Amino acid sequence: MPISTYNVCVARTPTTTDVFNAVAEGSRRALLDALGVDEATVGHLVDRLGLTQPQVSKHLAVLRAVGLVSVRADGRRRWYRVNGPALEPVFDWVRGFESTWNTRLDRLDDVLVELQTKENST
Amino acid sequence: MTNTIGNRHGSAVVTLPSDLEILITREFDAPAELVFDAWTKPELVRRWWAGDRGVVTEAQVDLRIGGRWRWVMTANGGFEVAFSGEYREIDRPHRLVRTEVFELFPDAEAIGTLTFEESGGVTTLKILARYPSQEHRDAAIASGMEGGLQTSLNELEELVRQSA
Repeated sequence: MPISTYNVCVARTPTTTDVFNAVAEGSRRALLDALGVDEATVGHLVDRLGLTQPQVSKHLAVLRAVGLVSVRADGRRRWYRVNGPALEPVFDWVRGFESTWNTRLDRLDDVLVELQTKENST
Repeated sequence: MTNTIGNRHGSAVVTLPSDLEILITREFDAPAELVFDAWTKPELVRRWWAGDRGVVTEAQVDLRIGGRWRWVMTANGGFEVAFSGEYREIDRPHRLVRTEVFELFPDAEAIGTLTFEESGGVTTLKILARYPSQEHRDAAIASGMEGGLQTSLNELEELVRQSA
């Protein structure tokens, strides 16, 4: 599953979990997208996203707090990465909708196949 | 090209390109004209629109700018689900823009932009729905779909009745 599929912007409703709130902000989604490609340091993220260092650090702190991003130390550098399984509630939220449309468009697909089969046989 | 039923089943992808939008993408082994017709000819709409959620009971299409469309299904729970709107742009077989209202929530009018891009015998259908607010957009997703939402509302009503 590419990270872009998780690139959703989600409700700030009372029923949402912290993960939902964390990804409801555009810069944090951009951070997740960037980290989905490869792990990165704050410096990399500043270069890549055009945010300031304090902004990146602030958003990373939020993402870490809800478990969406984890960090490892390598000497004096700290490498951040996405923790995929933490995104599951967000993914589930969209999956029901996707499933409905899959069924519907599969039906449409069958109709198209049938129409073309008829066309070819006449 | 030989087509086999079910080749591409389950391949629709849903993404949320902005806070107000839902994008559904799906490829079909068919010419764009045919996919376009499946969205604009009532006799074809009747055959797929309900998915496995019910039976289409009405598929009105007045395919001209400003013309109305109204599709109704009787869902498996026995209740009716009605969507309607107005055609805004018609460019067969490339593009179709229409307003969309789930009649239970008439204030939440979405703009549906459908594009049909054919290449090498494969047509990519993109359905972009843009809602008036993020809350409306989120409600559309949370409902799973209209039938799911109606089911929830019925269940809620039942629950209220039982606790009264």
